[in-house]
Amino acid sequence: MAAIQGATHTRMSHRLGAWLGHHREVAMKSLGELLSAWISSLMTWLVIGVALALPTLLYLIVMTVGDVSGDWDGRPRVSVYLKDEITAVAGQQLRDRLAAREDVTAATYVGADEALAEFQQHSGFGDVLDSLDSNPLPALVEVIPVRSEAGAVRLLVAALTAEAGVDRVVVDLEWIARLDSIVTLGERLVIALSSFLALGVLLSIGNTIRLAIENRRAEIEVVKLVGGTDGFVRRPFLYLGLWYGLGGALIAWLLIQASLLFLAGPAGRLLRSYGEQFVVTGLDPGVSMALLASGAGLGVLGAALAVRRHLHLIEPQ
Amino acid sequence: MIRFDNVSKRYPGGKEALTRVSFDLAAKEMAFLTGHSGAGKSTLLKLIMLMERSSQGQVLVDGANLNRFSRRQIPAHRRKIGVVFQNHQLLFDRNVFDNVALPLMIAGYQHRDIGRRVRAALSKVGLSDKERQNPITLSGGEQQRVGIARAVVNRPPLLLADEPTGNLDPALSAEIMNLFLQFNQVGVTVLIATHDLELVRRLGKRQLNLSQGQLKGES
Repeated sequence: MAAIQGATHTRMSHRLGAWLGHHREVAMKSLGELLSAWISSLMTWLVIGVALALPTLLYLIVMTVGDVSGDWDGRPRVSVYLKDEITAVAGQQLRDRLAAREDVTAATYVGADEALAEFQQHSGFGDVLDSLDSNPLPALVEVIPVRSEAGAVRLLVAALTAEAGVDRVVVDLEWIARLDSIVTLGERLVIALSSFLALGVLLSIGNTIRLAIENRRAEIEVVKLVGGTDGFVRRPFLYLGLWYGLGGALIAWLLIQASLLFLAGPAGRLLRSYGEQFVVTGLDPGVSMALLASGAGLGVLGAALAVRRHLHLIEPQ
Repeated sequence: MIRFDNVSKRYPGGKEALTRVSFDLAAKEMAFLTGHSGAGKSTLLKLIMLMERSSQGQVLVDGANLNRFSRRQIPAHRRKIGVVFQNHQLLFDRNVFDNVALPLMIAGYQHRDIGRRVRAALSKVGLSDKERQNPITLSGGEQQRVGIARAVVNRPPLLLADEPTGNLDPALSAEIMNLFLQFNQVGVTVLIATHDLELVRRLGKRQLNLSQGQLKGES
């Protein structure tokens, strides 16, 4: 009994071994085919690479902008600009008064000289400001409200405007809201563009696989004739799709890394002017893996669709 | 092994290729299917291979009713049948060894076993020294023998051949037929479609004569 079980077990593991061996063989063979006709393979890889690189790059840009806007942690800041005649001491007193309000979390006094120094440092207009005789910037109190809903902020703004010595009250809420909309728009754009280009990748791989199927019609007929299952017939084409997708994703990865290097300088300068730290790191491993996986996935899917559509039409005559 | 029960086959368009054909082929038997071209010989073999399905009647192979076979069951059925064609259906993008090995790869044999069995089959048909050649470099008779090696490499219980000597001269034809006789002697059921009546007569095996889709007697 044990001997019979052992024999069955051995046969099973032999079968599994043969099956895995066949997979490896088919995978290597289809990769070999692509590499031996490398010029036409490269064309397909470039098409897929560009189609994958575009939405990924846009995604990275949107994410970076999102990070910048996210640093404001969604809380509006209210800038209370003081009239020119208000002295530093009076300004400090006003700050204390505002900080004591129940609807204010924190208030900071920024004197005119401080405001000028900060502006010179970040705006890049230092030279222009140096040529001016006097400091054009007013002193201000930066206020962070307790509640950030538009209604509550509006009430606070009205109350602050009524304070003595206050010239103007400005909320940067709108700017943040606008940036948020831009980020949301960008995200939608990434989704739309990704969908279109994914469809393009599917179609281009599908078409390439369709040609491959047509080229191997004789082989498919013979394989079906000697008892090849649909799975056996399908396998080489699915691997072909996998290699097309994976190769395309690799090209996309290279294109993106090159673009990031190319964009790093200006993007860094731009972000530093907003007081943001910016370090070019290239694609992080997570995004790289996701890129390769989606390339491979699209490749196999495109091949599966083409195979499904064209393979059963080929029967031995 | 093979049983036809009142089998008719009508192709789309109305042409009736087979009309009420009935016969029995016992296991380990060898028979020839004769008749002019267009008599329905190929159609009959295609029904056995499930390359076509009967319009009427039943085809039984090894006791199983082919009418009940689903598409998914066809590959397993075909693996039990070795088949040889007039145009031998070899693949010219690979060498002789890989052509013969194809059915074994499909059946999931291990590399070691594949090598052993392919060499045994090639030696049986006398092509041991040609395994690394591309079949396109071989003569017509040699190509046909590669086709036969591929058909028997899996040791199927049933061997079908459609005009296996169609393109060969008489001496080569006799050689090929001799191979089929040898397989039959070791217990393989063999059914060969041919119009080479001279050769059939000499071999003295059972003969099923088709004419215009109907079985016109046996001899």
